[in-house]
Amino acid sequence: MNNRAENKTINLSHGSGGLMMRKLLNDVIFKAFDNKYLNRKHDGALVKLTGEIAVSTDSFVISPIFFKGGDIGELAVNGTVNDIAMCGAIPRFLSLSFIVEEGLGLESLIRIVNSVKTAAKNSGVRIITGDTKVVEKGKGDKIFINTTGIGEVHPKANISSEKIKPGDKIIVSGCIAQHGMAIMSQRKGMEFEADIKSDTTNLNFLVKDILDAFGSKIHLLRDPTRGGLAAVLHEIAEDTQTGITIYENKLPLEKQVAAACEILGIDPIFVANEGIFVAIVDSDITDDLVELMIQKEKGKNTVCIGEISQDHPGKVVMHSSIGGKRIVSPPIGEQLPRIC
Amino acid sequence: MKYLNEYRNLEATNRWLNLIHKTITRNWNIMEVCGGQTHSLVRNGILELLPEKVRMIHGPGCPVCVTPLNLIDKAVELLENNVIVCSFGDMVRVPGSKKSLMQAKANGGDLRILYSPLEAVDVARENPQKQVVFFAVGFETTAPANALSVLQAKEKGLKNYSLLVSHVLVPPAMEAILKDELCKVNAFLGAGHVCTIMGLGEYYPLSAKYKIPIIITGFEPVDLVQGIYMAVNQLEKGIFEVENQYARVVKKEGNLAAKNLINIVFRVGSRQWRGIGEIPDSGYVLQDEFNEFDAELKFGIRHIQVPENKTCIAGEILKGIKKPYECNQFGKNCSPVNPLGAPMVSSEGACAAYYHFTNTV
Ligand code: SF4
Repeated sequence: MNNRAENKTINLSHGSGGLMMRKLLNDVIFKAFDNKYLNRKHDGALVKLTGEIAVSTDSFVISPIFFKGGDIGELAVNGTVNDIAMCGAIPRFLSLSFIVEEGLGLESLIRIVNSVKTAAKNSGVRIITGDTKVVEKGKGDKIFINTTGIGEVHPKANISSEKIKPGDKIIVSGCIAQHGMAIMSQRKGMEFEADIKSDTTNLNFLVKDILDAFGSKIHLLRDPTRGGLAAVLHEIAEDTQTGITIYENKLPLEKQVAAACEILGIDPIFVANEGIFVAIVDSDITDDLVELMIQKEKGKNTVCIGEISQDHPGKVVMHSSIGGKRIVSPPIGEQLPRIC
Repeated sequence: MKYLNEYRNLEATNRWLNLIHKTITRNWNIMEVCGGQTHSLVRNGILELLPEKVRMIHGPGCPVCVTPLNLIDKAVELLENNVIVCSFGDMVRVPGSKKSLMQAKANGGDLRILYSPLEAVDVARENPQKQVVFFAVGFETTAPANALSVLQAKEKGLKNYSLLVSHVLVPPAMEAILKDELCKVNAFLGAGHVCTIMGLGEYYPLSAKYKIPIIITGFEPVDLVQGIYMAVNQLEKGIFEVENQYARVVKKEGNLAAKNLINIVFRVGSRQWRGIGEIPDSGYVLQDEFNEFDAELKFGIRHIQVPENKTCIAGEILKGIKKPYECNQFGKNCSPVNPLGAPMVSSEGACAAYYHFTNTV
């Protein structure tokens, strides 16, 4: 009698390998991602690629799974697409694995699959292989997604931290802290209603545009996801033993996000982003690069926030708006709101 | 934000800085009481813009830092005994004598990180079969909301909600610092948001008794440099008064409604301060009629007492007697990744602030 209700939520038999599972895969997954690679239904996918290849994998375990500006499905595609783009490559193919917790509404799964589909389409990648597992209630958090991406390295790209040298400029392609604050504003108990949307999006076309135009003058690309801008800059300073100087009054920050950070006592440079990247570039292309990027929708807030310096190797120093200086320390754990 | 930008403005900051440079003739030690102020001084790079003659001492005003070890142990004990413990985020990494709340959560404890005690009341309502405890840490600023949560729980007839109270008060701590014979403080910057609630009343007798300037100050760069100027100005002139730099927010009488809430639920009582020890009348405890909301009574955990870590000189740091780098653990065995004491854990703690700041070249 409960057939209808049962069909509306994922249960263990959807992961059993039996009929229920086949039905789920056929009705939901294969239907959504229909393409010649996937349709062969091999255990793996056979693809043709040329030249140097970039590969990247990531797992997405976010709560809540639906948030303002996106959901976990979109994030799982864009996140990996962007990681490939940050290697200076053009993303082509993705693998997609779901770990679903028993009890997840089928409707939610379909919604997620559809946003995976849209996000893949928007970024020009194909889902070519995947996996679905169902775990008992309490052994997961609604749904986890893993994606692996494969891309072809752009012929003009030569991304390498070894190329970073004093004088290079640090470019940020958009406003910081949007994603992290969007998620935080929707966690239970947020004190105020903020209309902050996640910035999750694909960056591969913007990256391709700047590689087409400036090639190897782009020395490094990174997307400042977890740990925010601070974590990425820190890693670069430490790995290359160069100094990084940034200017507080240059940091692109939306008013609402700034206000939310203020109220919670959270420093926006430590907050996660999903739709921007940091580029370290040769100083003589700075103006042209910024000019090109601000013409594009996804780069319209691009700014140069600082430079690589000879001083303080291995450290990130921020010049405050009031003329002071401070070191930007690496993030330690998750940013947690202060008491008062 | 426009309002904020006015107080983060280069010109205005420079104006006050210049006045400080012009006015000062001697060395002065000024203590900012509140951790939020310490944080802002460091974050905005103000310390290095001040003349050398001004020595800022970082006070005990970080609620995370002054919460005694044994209260963390008590919260851990509850977590390990199937109680849902709710806490503000910055408490969860502070080490107890054996573990932090974060570690107890990793071992399976049901710890909820919340923004307000009122959410904890909701958690209690949604989990009638479980006991829910809110770890009520903080100064006068967080007390009204904590009081309100108790009143709400009472009104809703909840039997599964209680507070683990660790409320401390700022003026008694200032007095304890002044009484210490090693005290070097010449003037205080009072914590603006505490006065927003409590008003200025308690500061007049303190300033008169110890002949010390107290400037109630906000948290933005301009607030701080202006407050420092006001302190230096008084010191140079040899006067000692309570001045209100933060008048755009702080009223002389404070927030009467909030004070009223506090008085219904709490009374002043003796409290332990991490590193400082017990200070009489220095905190809030629940009024007797709210005993059923006292987690220590309810779960019989009052007896949990542990000695402070001897290698950590948090007390001297919190009293401004020593600077963090004068602690021989600083930066060696003790860092934000592996904190030995609370001043290193909280980002507002003096040791953490110095760790980040003095790391610069
Ligand atoms: S440096 Fe560490 S050990 Fe020393 S006082 Fe600060 S917190 Fe304690």
